[in-house]
Amino acid sequence: MLKKLSMAAVAVALSATSSLAATEITWWHAMGAELGQKLEGIAKKFNESQTEYHVTPVFKGTYPETLTAAIAAFRAGQQPAIVQVFEVGTGTMMAAKGAVYPVYKLMTDNKEPWDPKGFLTPVTGYYSDTEGNILSMPFNSSTPIMYYNKDVFKKAGLDPEVAPKTWKEVEEFSKKIVSSGAAKCGFTSGWISWVQLENLSAIHDKPYGTLENGFGGLKTEFTFNGDLQARHWENLKKWADEGLFQYGGPVGGNDAPPKFYAQECAIYMNSSASRAGVMLNAKGFEVGFAPLPYYDDAIAEPKNSIIGGATLWVLNGQKDPNVYKGVAKFFTYLSKAEVQADWHQFSGYLPITNAAYELGQQQGYYAKNPGSDVAIKQITRGTPTANSKGIRFGNLTQVRDVIDSEFEALLAGKKTAKEALDNAVVRGNKILRDFEAANN
Amino acid sequence: MQTKRTIFQNKLLPYLLLVPQLAVTIVFFLWPAGQAVKSSFEREDPFGFRTTFIWFDNYLQLFEDPEYLNSLGRTAIFAVSVTLLSMSLALLFAVAVNRLLRSGRVYTTLLLWPYAVAPVVAGVLWWFMFNPTIGILPYLLARLGISWNHRVDGTDAMILIILAASWKQISYNFLFFVAGLQSVPQSLVEAAAIDGAGPFKRFWTIVFPLLSPTTFFLMIININYAMFETFGTIDGSTGGGPAGATNTLVYKVYADGFLGLNIGSSAAQSVILMLIVIALTAVQFRWVERRVQY
Repeated sequence: MLKKLSMAAVAVALSATSSLAATEITWWHAMGAELGQKLEGIAKKFNESQTEYHVTPVFKGTYPETLTAAIAAFRAGQQPAIVQVFEVGTGTMMAAKGAVYPVYKLMTDNKEPWDPKGFLTPVTGYYSDTEGNILSMPFNSSTPIMYYNKDVFKKAGLDPEVAPKTWKEVEEFSKKIVSSGAAKCGFTSGWISWVQLENLSAIHDKPYGTLENGFGGLKTEFTFNGDLQARHWENLKKWADEGLFQYGGPVGGNDAPPKFYAQECAIYMNSSASRAGVMLNAKGFEVGFAPLPYYDDAIAEPKNSIIGGATLWVLNGQKDPNVYKGVAKFFTYLSKAEVQADWHQFSGYLPITNAAYELGQQQGYYAKNPGSDVAIKQITRGTPTANSKGIRFGNLTQVRDVIDSEFEALLAGKKTAKEALDNAVVRGNKILRDFEAANN
Repeated sequence: MQTKRTIFQNKLLPYLLLVPQLAVTIVFFLWPAGQAVKSSFEREDPFGFRTTFIWFDNYLQLFEDPEYLNSLGRTAIFAVSVTLLSMSLALLFAVAVNRLLRSGRVYTTLLLWPYAVAPVVAGVLWWFMFNPTIGILPYLLARLGISWNHRVDGTDAMILIILAASWKQISYNFLFFVAGLQSVPQSLVEAAAIDGAGPFKRFWTIVFPLLSPTTFFLMIININYAMFETFGTIDGSTGGGPAGATNTLVYKVYADGFLGLNIGSSAAQSVILMLIVIALTAVQFRWVERRVQY
């Protein structure tokens, strides 16, 4: 008995030392609920695939909270090896040269295979420096699309298989839906700043800021107060007053999804990554998927939309160089076609690599799940222009808050669309100058 | 004076006895406040690589910013409304409970519960009840012909955070008022009753003046509460919106510092906020305390 016990003790001690021997890699992320569980599953599978490294994912709250926590930790010398930063924080991270270990350098330093061409161009373009080097590891990228309620369309006497293509059709369809009583409102939208301004500008090939939407340097200024943007916002205000459009709240628009789930609004524009939530919550009605609408008199062939979501940034200052070796290994694992395809198909995020997209096609995933390739088709259509390859501005979180607050002033009838956008540009430029001053 | 005075010869002892309190003040107040003052004169990138001393630029920028000046006004409305609403309701409840003999304890316990609720939860709770899409109250209000949408209407949003913040504070005020009422000598009230004073007259001429130390104390506490501690409530309900209508000073400190990563401006704002509260408290002690009868 005693012998058995001591054997057990030795076994426990051994297993403890073997797990201690694995190099610990901390990964701070912002994925809650189903996505968080899936992410932890990915880390777990990586840990089981080898014994040298152990990746520990830690949930740090919302995207802004995660970024703030990582910065505070960096200042205190307690930073994680990997942190997930949303696309809005890209400008901030890129300017923090001393804090970031660029991923292209990490991979070559640690002799891991690295082929930037394997990634989707719109994704890598967003996260590359001016020389074309990818600075952070693409992980979860999304783009806004349109979801619609086929049952409500039917009730309103519309063809459920035909989604509105243009904003004019959105208006017509919404009027029919509301006047027939099929639903209380035509459409709602998450992320006003991202969907109804940033992506609106990209799709219509209109500049969002000077110096190639900020890609050309810190001296950039906003230009999103053009005629098209003002026209669209004026329309949104008009449609809100007519009851065709309902505002879902600032930032991500937390009130928008329940409006769609409860069949109050028939059309819903939001991230392709909202797909998982839509599928889960759209009980009792059929969902259709379509690209974002556009103004056909402003552009004949709409450009590609731009991305959102997040990438993984590697932070400098880990004492043990083995940590970086492990991070590089983990990134290689992450970019595997099977891992990527699984994550993409589960979540609705874009497949980051061409291989993952092809794998999905081979598996017949897109044929089995109609609408699941709307996002990737929309983001890869046509040739990206300087106006549609993305945006890059410092302190973009604050700028988006300004845009939300000006949009709310418009809805409350305190300002016209032009006044709201002009004011947002003035306030936004001030924020850009602050960022420029702080980073020079 | 006939009282005997004990004199300690040891010069060090008083300081030694003060050390714990002083240490707490230094570590948790003077040091961080000093850091904030220092940061308010600097411009810094989020990661802290480049720091430039810029004198009063952060402050000047604030006073040129119409949003900040708006925020000052909104904070004043908010603080005064929360203080008035939570104190008057708490006093009403306390007087009511004080008249009950047996069931008083039960009501006291029940009225204390909201104080145990975390500010964020209180915010979410009220946000949920008033949610334009899924809330019960907008639905009921719509039946009365009142359209409620705190997502768009700034006044609605302000009412929402005043209600949420006051609701949480009523318990605290209530407890102090109950204690204060119990120390009002019953003999005075009875004497007044015998002289023919009605309940209202008794309350305003005897009870309320005797309660004034409690009221004064609560006023300071409530204004400080509204200024500083309502951050969680606002974050959980309106998030400072719409169009900055509920962006109070303390929420703006958080939003600019933690979300916007603009540490210099955020530090300058917190220094100004600190000065405002110090000034208010000083004014209250200097002018209002004169009217307090201990």
